[in-house]
Amino acid sequence: MSGHLNPDVLDRARQLISLYPEPRSALVPLCHLAQEQDGWLRPEAMAEIAELVGVTPAEVQGTASFYDMLHLEPVGTYLVSICTNIACMLDGGLELLEHAEEHLGVGVGGTTEDGMITLEEAECLADCDRAPCVQVNHRYVGSQTAESFDALIEDLRAGRRSDEIPSHGTLIRVRRDGGLRADPEQVARERAAMAEAKARRAADQGGGS
Amino acid sequence: MAVTEAPRIVTARIDQPDSHTLERALATGAYQALRKALAMTPEAVAAEVDAASLLGRGGAGFPAGRKWAMLRSSPVTYLVVNGDESEPATFKDHLLVERDPHQLIEGVLIAAYALQVSRAFIFLRGEFALGLERVQAALNEAYGYGAVGADIFGSGFSVDIVVHPGAGAYICGEETALLESLEGKRGFPRIKPPFFPAAIGLYGEPTVVNNVETMSNLPWIVTHGGAAFAALGEGRSTGTRLFALAGHVRNPGVYELEMAKTTFADLIHAPVLGGGVRHGRELKAFIPGGVSAPWFGPDQVDLPLGQDEVGAAGSMLGSGSVVVMDDHTCAVRASWRITKFFSRESCGQCTPCREGSGWLERIMERIETGRGRSEDLDLLLDACDNIAPGLTWPPQQTTICVLGPSIPSSIHSAIVMFRDEFLTHVKEGGCPYG
Repeated sequence: MSGHLNPDVLDRARQLISLYPEPRSALVPLCHLAQEQDGWLRPEAMAEIAELVGVTPAEVQGTASFYDMLHLEPVGTYLVSICTNIACMLDGGLELLEHAEEHLGVGVGGTTEDGMITLEEAECLADCDRAPCVQVNHRYVGSQTAESFDALIEDLRAGRRSDEIPSHGTLIRVRRDGGLRADPEQVARERAAMAEAKARRAADQGGGS
Repeated sequence: MAVTEAPRIVTARIDQPDSHTLERALATGAYQALRKALAMTPEAVAAEVDAASLLGRGGAGFPAGRKWAMLRSSPVTYLVVNGDESEPATFKDHLLVERDPHQLIEGVLIAAYALQVSRAFIFLRGEFALGLERVQAALNEAYGYGAVGADIFGSGFSVDIVVHPGAGAYICGEETALLESLEGKRGFPRIKPPFFPAAIGLYGEPTVVNNVETMSNLPWIVTHGGAAFAALGEGRSTGTRLFALAGHVRNPGVYELEMAKTTFADLIHAPVLGGGVRHGRELKAFIPGGVSAPWFGPDQVDLPLGQDEVGAAGSMLGSGSVVVMDDHTCAVRASWRITKFFSRESCGQCTPCREGSGWLERIMERIETGRGRSEDLDLLLDACDNIAPGLTWPPQQTTICVLGPSIPSSIHSAIVMFRDEFLTHVKEGGCPYG
């Protein structure tokens, strides 16, 4: 099922995998990467990730479906998350969400007809001194009133915030500037030692039964 | 009590412009503590942290030094930093990762050296897009500076650090769920025993998991010594701590305060801190340590911000978050929203938590929206009792992790403190607060 991820993304995926003692650890980072390419997690991408980290496509999907930020269905260019958890609720988060639904003409989880905005009711986003907290594509945009929210949406639609807020899926624009440096042979030794330790534990357990 | 003259330990740099850059960090003493540590033996560094009696700043408050001492000897060991900050109304690590990533990285390096680990991972919640970029950029700078990687500062010690993004799941703040997530799986907490990843952790190898703020304290402790840290605070609550103040106060924000020397009243009312309840209103209740904690009322504001003091009063200092509710707040609505959160975030492994949270949320919702029944109060408490038998504090556990037993806290508190409000909702067929 290879061939879906473009060469640059594939290259970065292989670099990410090399950072971990076991390839599967890169599963979530690779899902983020696939979302950077496609905006959401396409089945073809999940199949290719499965191949890259050595699990089945079902395991990728089963893992991805656990996490709120990994989307198994298309989302808009901008994912607008409004927190309504306790601190934001005390500061009008629920009312802002209601306003957003009306203004955008979609319910929670819905995407506007132009494909630009997906609305999400978020749990606490850890920005509680600026409540109600709003994120666009997981970037904080500060607390919003109904008026400032409408202006924000207009700016997003007009592309006026695209420098600071990349389209949905692009999470980390700063790339690691290299692989592991500690000792080129350390990784190999580490993996060998782990395999040995695992075998030892398996043998211990086998002996005890 | 009042605000003390204690030094700012983890927020010393954050008000400076470009505090996240290597240039600014170096101009303000960054990586000097690492140099000092590398000239000491790993055991001596660990001894300073032990002497500091630094309690973990994630929520459980377990002494970092003791956690380190439990690390089982093995050819491969790991250090994992918990930056999954998701406990509602907790936003202190957010500040540390965005504004002082070099302090965090220096702390990780000091811990890595003391523990002699072969690899460190910084797990940050995925919603910290800027934080992830700041920490990755700082890490790139630190590699270039020679503070990370092979033969750090010519000391012979080598370690790599990897920044790992989460993908949105509260439960990954639980350390064994975090390890599962870091292994590329669903964030399912692991069955205990083993109680500590120090025995069996990442990939089954011995692992230390420490919070972002815990790590961020280490440069100061190495520079000034564990004794200087332990001299601050009171009893077991040593040093300073970040308190995230939210809700109905004039000045919500993150404040670094000497442990146990300041009271909740100071935090909420002092002009240099919370500045008092907004709009001239009265304090109705406050949540002292994250939404998993039982609530306190106005008569408990004089308690000091200390781990043992809050514990003895029947709640917890937890994640260092304080949520203030004024007298216009509907207690039913507040506890319903918290319950809805737990229902959404239950990982689904254990029946009492998975089923109980959903039941409780639906009952709470019907009371708040005017469809409640008078017998619902008993039903709520009965369902709570099934999750955490006896409704004691700390709670009894019927589940793999503490998420389940945390669910009853807000409901039980709200019913005990504001029973009449529940009854009014039922009687009047709606929320009296509108």
